[in-house]
Amino acid sequence: MQARYLPYVLIAPVSVFLGLFFLYPFYLVAQTAFYDGAGWSLKNFQEVTSYWKFPSSFKNTLWLAAVVVPIQLALALLMATMVNAMKKGRDLVLYIWTIPLGISDLAAGIIWLAIFEQSGFLNSIMHGLGFIDRPTALISYQNPTLIFVAIALAEIWRATAIMLVILVAGIGLIPKEYYEAAQVFGAGRWKQFVRITLPLLRPSLSTALVLRVILAFEVFAVVQALGGTLFPVLMSETYAYQFELLNGSAAAAVALIILGISIASTIAILRVLRVPKGATI
Amino acid sequence: MAEIKIKNVAKNFASYQALNDINLTVSDQEFMVLLGASGCGKTTLLRIIAGLETATQGEVWINDRRVDHLPPKDRGIAMVFQNYAVFPHLTVFENIAFGLRMHNHPSAEITKRVHRTAELMHIERLLKRYSGELSGGQRQRVAVARALAMEPDVILMDEPLSNLDALLRLEMRAELKGVLAESKTTAIYVTHDQVEAMSLADRISVMNQGRIVQASDPVDIYRNPAEKFVAGFIGNPPMNFLVADKRPDGRWTVGGQPYDGPSCAENTLDFAIRPEDVVLAETGIKAKVNVVEPLGAHLLVTCDVNGAQFRATLDSDANIGRGDTIALQPQLDRIRWFNPSNGMRQSLEKNDV
Ligand SMILES: Nc1ncnc2c1ncn2[C@@H]1O[C@H](COP(=O)(O)OP(=O)(O)O)[C@@H](O)[C@H]1O
Ligand SMILES: [Mg+2]
Repeated sequence: MQARYLPYVLIAPVSVFLGLFFLYPFYLVAQTAFYDGAGWSLKNFQEVTSYWKFPSSFKNTLWLAAVVVPIQLALALLMATMVNAMKKGRDLVLYIWTIPLGISDLAAGIIWLAIFEQSGFLNSIMHGLGFIDRPTALISYQNPTLIFVAIALAEIWRATAIMLVILVAGIGLIPKEYYEAAQVFGAGRWKQFVRITLPLLRPSLSTALVLRVILAFEVFAVVQALGGTLFPVLMSETYAYQFELLNGSAAAAVALIILGISIASTIAILRVLRVPKGATI
Repeated sequence: MAEIKIKNVAKNFASYQALNDINLTVSDQEFMVLLGASGCGKTTLLRIIAGLETATQGEVWINDRRVDHLPPKDRGIAMVFQNYAVFPHLTVFENIAFGLRMHNHPSAEITKRVHRTAELMHIERLLKRYSGELSGGQRQRVAVARALAMEPDVILMDEPLSNLDALLRLEMRAELKGVLAESKTTAIYVTHDQVEAMSLADRISVMNQGRIVQASDPVDIYRNPAEKFVAGFIGNPPMNFLVADKRPDGRWTVGGQPYDGPSCAENTLDFAIRPEDVVLAETGIKAKVNVVEPLGAHLLVTCDVNGAQFRATLDSDANIGRGDTIALQPQLDRIRWFNPSNGMRQSLEKNDV
């Protein structure tokens, strides 16, 4: 066989697999979303966006991502820098920090629910220490901020490690001599971080951010466990349309909206963190 | 005014002693070359001066200021790294400007200095490029420009030419010498290449296994090696050594010939002579020719003298063939003597060098 066909032959199985189980279903979903029973239209989109819950679920989703992802990024950078500076026990610390990755998002939501519930740890501790007279229901419609905080905390706890892993690998790729040169030419620790680590980490940063942002737009189980219907997000709307209202077309439309903002933010991230040609390590 | 003083510096990596009681003074504007085989501790010493490595003991002084507890940025140094360490994410301009920005120079001043040093290193046309778009030689120029732009008291260079091809190395060597002389900076330059060392240095420090064995000007190092190690290391081909036995009259027998030598207690010494300091003669040290290599300007003849290898560079008109036995006469004032027990040079008179 000719060598130039070989790569295509080798990627053929995975292409078929993706085509069958990703592109085709995607096509079906898109068809459902843009079809109103008579022909092509945007009726399904008009229907879901004009529903009274849509603005709050849209806003909640974006807000959650906007708060959670930057905090996760900062934490992951801090943790990755610390891990990288360690001489001993580095692997052990990394394993411990990535434990939450092994826990499903629903389980994570339930763990944090156990903390915030009326009979949960937080109430018990505050009551035990005498800060409050008796346990109160923290997570209720009277306390939307706390619901948001609980969900954000659970998400940060659960999913920071995925960024950490990517960033640790990325930082490990930066040759030490750049730091030495920076030191000799007058950069302290902070300047080394800002002027050397961050720019040289751009490829890893964009991978980590794209991954995290997309997952943040798809947040569901944690929200469901902690906020239920009190905190609607786009994914829970999709679920409700599909399985409670049995409106597959509307569910498909919301799903495509999520896909739309995911693609838009991915493009934005890749653009901002683009490394010019010739400027790679 | 930037004088560097290194006092009793030692460095251990775990149980391995990489540097052993280093003492060295580099005077203001001097070009000092640290010369030694790979692994002898040159880089370690340079990094201790730079502050990238901490000495196990000893002191480093720059400008009458003790600096060994200071971070690199407060030592008034700039450095050219062996692999250049040109920042890949910055343009050539920003690379050269890096140190100046870190030291908060005004931007007009930065632009001026970047352009001046870029011009000096002939890289004005590359200022907008990234390091990935440069050749090795161009990257090397950027690394030097970045150091020069700082107008540092001291510039440290770790084998800056070793990654270049031979022709470029020759060209950069001459250029570097000119630029550094112009800049009036004190320079410490690490290399394992003795030709490079000879051609650049005001003074050479020859290092061996974590020690400085001799620090002197290139000609003195070449003519008067302080130790047998230096004699065998410097020069291509290096010095010849023959065993000398003391005669009852105090003179020395070398290859069957009597020579005046040191008066000392030892009964045997190492007689040393450079290959170019012998001539063909009617009588002299008997040598059996093994290899004749015509090198154009002269013949390099490798012979056997009483079982020891002996090289001579002779006039290319000499009619010599393999298997011939020739007589070689050393130029008497170029003979050196070494004590075989400790390798130190044996001076002729008690008050001689
Ligand atoms: N960080 C280090 N850890 C352990 N040993 C080292 C380290 N750096 C250098 N060495 C050892 O110290 C010796 C001197 O190294 P170096 O200064 O790099 O030599 P040179 O630059 O003369 O080739 C070598 O034997 C090297 O293996
Ligand atoms: Mg070295």
